[in-house]
Amino acid sequence: MTVEANPTSLPNLPPGPLDASAGPPDATNGKVVIRLSQIAKNYQVGTETVHALRGVDLTIYKGEYVAIMGPSGSGKSTMMNVLGCLDTPSSGRFELNGIDVSDMDDNRLADIRNQEIGFVFQTFNLLARSTALHNVELPLIYAGVNAERRREVAIEAMGQVGLADRMLHKPNEMSGGQRQRVAVARALVNHPSIILADEPTGNLDSKTGEEIMGLFEVLYKKGNTLIVVTHEEDVARHARRLIRIRDGLIASDEIITHKTAVSA
Amino acid sequence: MRVAEIKESVFMALAAIAAHKLRSALTLLGVLVGVFSIITVMTAMRALQNVMESQLSQLGANTFQIQKWPGIPVMDPKDWEKYWRRTNLRYPLVARLKERATLARSVGAQTDLREGETVSRYYKTNPDVAMLGVTPEIFQARNWTLAEGRSLMSSDLESFRNVCVLGGSLARKLFPQGSAVGDSVKFNGVRYAVVGVLASKGGLGGDQDNFLAVPLTTGMNRYSWDRSLEILVQAYNQDSFADAVEQVRGILRMVRKVEPGKEDDFEILSNDTLIEQFKKITLAVRVGVTVISSIALLAAGIGIMNIMLVSVTERTREIGVRRAIGAKKRNIMTQFIMEAIAICEVGGVLGVLCGLLGGNLVAHFLNVPIAIPMDWVLIGLVICSLVGVIFGTYPAYKAANLDPIESLRYE
Repeated sequence: MTVEANPTSLPNLPPGPLDASAGPPDATNGKVVIRLSQIAKNYQVGTETVHALRGVDLTIYKGEYVAIMGPSGSGKSTMMNVLGCLDTPSSGRFELNGIDVSDMDDNRLADIRNQEIGFVFQTFNLLARSTALHNVELPLIYAGVNAERRREVAIEAMGQVGLADRMLHKPNEMSGGQRQRVAVARALVNHPSIILADEPTGNLDSKTGEEIMGLFEVLYKKGNTLIVVTHEEDVARHARRLIRIRDGLIASDEIITHKTAVSA
Repeated sequence: MRVAEIKESVFMALAAIAAHKLRSALTLLGVLVGVFSIITVMTAMRALQNVMESQLSQLGANTFQIQKWPGIPVMDPKDWEKYWRRTNLRYPLVARLKERATLARSVGAQTDLREGETVSRYYKTNPDVAMLGVTPEIFQARNWTLAEGRSLMSSDLESFRNVCVLGGSLARKLFPQGSAVGDSVKFNGVRYAVVGVLASKGGLGGDQDNFLAVPLTTGMNRYSWDRSLEILVQAYNQDSFADAVEQVRGILRMVRKVEPGKEDDFEILSNDTLIEQFKKITLAVRVGVTVISSIALLAAGIGIMNIMLVSVTERTREIGVRRAIGAKKRNIMTQFIMEAIAICEVGGVLGVLCGLLGGNLVAHFLNVPIAIPMDWVLIGLVICSLVGVIFGTYPAYKAANLDPIESLRYE
């Protein structure tokens, strides 16, 4: 791996949420992709109300590589679901590319997920009976892209993750790392505004995990906006910005500087 | 809905069926049985009906027949007695009708006299040759055409001549070479001069030519006048056909003194009414099969619903993934309904094929030509789709309304 975290920089950063005006230094062009203001999410569990998120403010710029960490029960998963437009907040405003998505109905959210968000899951979540290529094509099918163009774009995405020679294999004929690459290709294929990865290395051995993080690094360098949700410090270190969540609030938001070695 | 989406649904549906071969096979067996029973019976019925219609055409154009007994054999003893008590249609009635039925072009009468063996100088037949007593009008009313010689004439009847006209195939049997006309045959020991030979009709499901016709009066003199005749009335044309039927009905009711309001004490048969009667009799069979098939399809539908519910649970993860990458509820719904329809249609197509085979096997044993009831094939397949839609909707609805977050987490 060509990057490593510089741990000495961490204690010097101010804790607490960044406000919208204070963008991180490595934001490429200052274009806001995600703007959360006072996002709260409550669940009713029996007679008790659980406050999973308690008024989160967060701005993420285009081209950022953000890791979100937090212990279980911190609201990390809820945060990811809201960011992924799988869930709508109970209150507050969520703007994605300047469009308010906090009150959208199910169908429009599905469109947003399809067009703007690429998911990478811990357990890959590929369709077992379909070829890798078909798995990658799937978002394009729901987007209504015609067959010819679909194939073209999917092949391109497979190439980006280095699996051009495995396109007609089925997931059960591939290794874990290859499956996760297919999942990444599927996330990329619609050119989404953000790629949202939930514990992307959780089901992989450390070496393969490093490979996937290497792939993320490449995607980051190409200008994609990446959000990685994890509880592993090692994984989070790959990002350029680390957000820690605790008790439904952002506990810290820091910039990670990397000593970039020259790649071999 | 987009073509790609439907293609995707069908592809996924077939893949899902292929992935669980035994389970799918058992599930679609129900549909198969339901459709099979419908198609078998309808095919057999259609084959029978085709034969009936071709045989009915022995009645000439615009002709109807009056007789004491209904056109379809009577099974019920109580009904049988009712028909049996009816007054016979006797020979003088023919003359009365001729005189009064102004809308009738011709009025003829016929009766089956006897079956027996027929002997010529060359050949002796089996004792299965039917002897018909006829009036000259019958030739036209039954579409008989002469191959050679002449038909029977009213003078033959008036003089009770011992003459006959042979059916085509019978003539060929009795006189393998040379002409039958001018020669003679013996029927049950009585000699008749052959005056004519009919053109062969051939015929499906049995020989329609194996008979000889003698003058009605000659025949009845020999084999008793105490019988009920079949009277054939020919109308002038199709337009006056219904009027002619009504006129004849009126005359008969008056002559036979049927009180107003009481039902006719005779039967009027035409090609149409015979087909109607056939349909009426087979209605019970049709209804029975429909009920049984409906029950089979209902059971099959429940089986499909069950399997689809299992499938939805098994594929909760998949549903979550699809929702996450942009599938709308509608897409998920479509996918699962298509899957239910696909199972039903696979079962339906197999059922149709087996049914056509089974029905035509029945037709084969009944010695009638095969038939393919295209309307019922279509109806069968449409019903399959309906079963799929009806019983697939709830599981599909369930699938579509799964919470994507929960389903992604589902183990």
